[in-house]
Amino acid sequence: MPEPFDTRYDTTEAIAPPGSGGGRPVDPTASGPRTPKGGPPPKGGPRRGPWRRLPLPWRGEPGRRSGGPAAPTGRGLWTDAWHDLRRNPIFVASALIILFLVVIAIWPQLIASGNPYHGDLARAQDGPAPGHPFGYDLQGRDVYTRTVYGARASITVGICATLGAALLGSVLGGLAGYFGGWWDALLSRIADVFFGIPILLGGLVFLSVVTSGSVWPVVGFIVLLGWPQISRIARGSVVTVKEHDYVQAARVLGAGSGRTLLRHIAPNAVAPVIVVATIALGTYISLEATLSFLGVGLKPPTVSWGIDISSAATQIRNAPHMLLWPAGALSITVLAFIMLGDAVRDALDPKLR
Amino acid sequence: MGRYTLRRLLQMIPVFIGSTFLIFFMVYALGDPVAALFGDKAPDPATAARIREDLYLDEPLWRQYAHYMGQIFSGHFGTAFNGQPVTELMASAFPVTLRLTLVAVAFEMALGITLGVLSGLRRGRGLDTSVLLLTLVVVSVPTFVSGTVLQYLFGVTWGWARPSVSPEAPLNELLLPGVVLGLVSLAYTTRLTRTSIVENARADYVRTAVAKGLPRHRIVTRHLLRNSLIPVVTFIGTDIGALMGGAIVTERIFNIHGVGYQLYQGILRQNSPTVVGFVTILVIVFLLANLLVDLLYAVLDPRIRYA
Repeated sequence: MPEPFDTRYDTTEAIAPPGSGGGRPVDPTASGPRTPKGGPPPKGGPRRGPWRRLPLPWRGEPGRRSGGPAAPTGRGLWTDAWHDLRRNPIFVASALIILFLVVIAIWPQLIASGNPYHGDLARAQDGPAPGHPFGYDLQGRDVYTRTVYGARASITVGICATLGAALLGSVLGGLAGYFGGWWDALLSRIADVFFGIPILLGGLVFLSVVTSGSVWPVVGFIVLLGWPQISRIARGSVVTVKEHDYVQAARVLGAGSGRTLLRHIAPNAVAPVIVVATIALGTYISLEATLSFLGVGLKPPTVSWGIDISSAATQIRNAPHMLLWPAGALSITVLAFIMLGDAVRDALDPKLR
Repeated sequence: MGRYTLRRLLQMIPVFIGSTFLIFFMVYALGDPVAALFGDKAPDPATAARIREDLYLDEPLWRQYAHYMGQIFSGHFGTAFNGQPVTELMASAFPVTLRLTLVAVAFEMALGITLGVLSGLRRGRGLDTSVLLLTLVVVSVPTFVSGTVLQYLFGVTWGWARPSVSPEAPLNELLLPGVVLGLVSLAYTTRLTRTSIVENARADYVRTAVAKGLPRHRIVTRHLLRNSLIPVVTFIGTDIGALMGGAIVTERIFNIHGVGYQLYQGILRQNSPTVVGFVTILVIVFLLANLLVDLLYAVLDPRIRYA
């Protein structure tokens, strides 16, 4: 069961305490006692977060530039991270899987020539046959073709929901962290309200009144309940970064709020948001499938793994293959995104090396 | 400590109102409870108007909400559509879900902490890598997949457990569903324990203990584990609240008549009093669990002081 993340525990390693549907612990920066209001977030104290790493002068020495594109000013966080990632087999493997998934989500005809809606009732629940390696489902439709076409719904929901939640969350959280004051306090309370609603319950209630079976209500719902998590990460990150000398310097030189935020704070504060968003992408895909399984997410005729698994679950004694293939595809997709996030986090967080 | 608790309790009030109002809004404003009463048929307008008046549904939403909350705090949760009081449904559903949650938590604590300690002590070796990969795999298989597959394997193919739980839901029948429910949290517990052990293994007090010549098992159990388990205990504390609300899928697969089952039925049939009543209780449980965990944190870790 997917669930966004928590900021209390060290997200550097324990990817995310999940909660099978509802609860996310209250954030210490919002209401906890461990942090004075407006001060640095719990993790920003003695620890050197990756986003605090500045392009240090000696990084430009020729001896340290082995590998990686040679940047004129030396290797910054991003070049460094990219250098690591290219050598990480887990990253390469998951990136290739994701690339493949995105390609077949856009052009499923490339590897599946059939029609996902074409059913042959005479062959209902039959096992594998020549040309139909995964067998047939309850309506005699080809499981292979449906599994391939199912990627589109999952990938669309995952990417759109993550983009929406990340944009909304980082804008709101970043502004709250930068300006502080009553807006910050209000935002923390609003985020608490959304955290108080178990995500699956909220999904069931909210989506059960929606009649449309397309992906957009699901995307909208996930953005609605997903942004507070990202906004907390972004807020904490911005609060840490804005205390740095180069931000003070920019202000002293007369940079306005907009320029300071966009040119100086955002590039240095965005790393944790990217990490959390990548891992969240996997859990959002899983959440969409769970909602579809419960019958409130996507609805037929949309082809989706969650719907196929839901209809196969009741038939598992007669035809386990109907469940196995879409479930396997779903699990591999989620795994690929979570592993990608894991690898990106390892690369962006030098503490763990 | 007392002042801190009081402040947190006061902070909970707006969050509680916000969360319950949001759910109330979704159930009563987005759906139509009166139309739901009549099922597929369209209601007679006069009857519908009468019901609306009787149930205060013709008043503005905030008045409805205030009325509802007033009734809740005097113990009246209303009646479900079949005439059963919602409190009766709760009395039968909550003990079942509580038992299920306890099984899940016991499972994730026993296995998760053991695996986390083992892999944390052998950082970077084969066991550690395989445990980390295994947790990733467990996280990426959604509960509804693992639940269905395990139910099929254990319940049908091998016959080791009952595939469906009887209405009384005794503890031994809840073992398999509990494992399914706790599976994802197990992965997080393992990773959290591992991180914590790895961090503390380099601490000065561990080096001192080693230098004193203490036996290894004593260092691990007395020195390392005690400090490393603080974040794990707090995670499990918040997880209890989360698992109770998140048991919908597990309860649906194994046909357990607990909170998730009642909520699912209530939502499908637009049985508004059931849904809002149950969710209100769950929100309270969740908020209190979070408060308790924060207080527990201070008890376990004397370095943290609440002003």
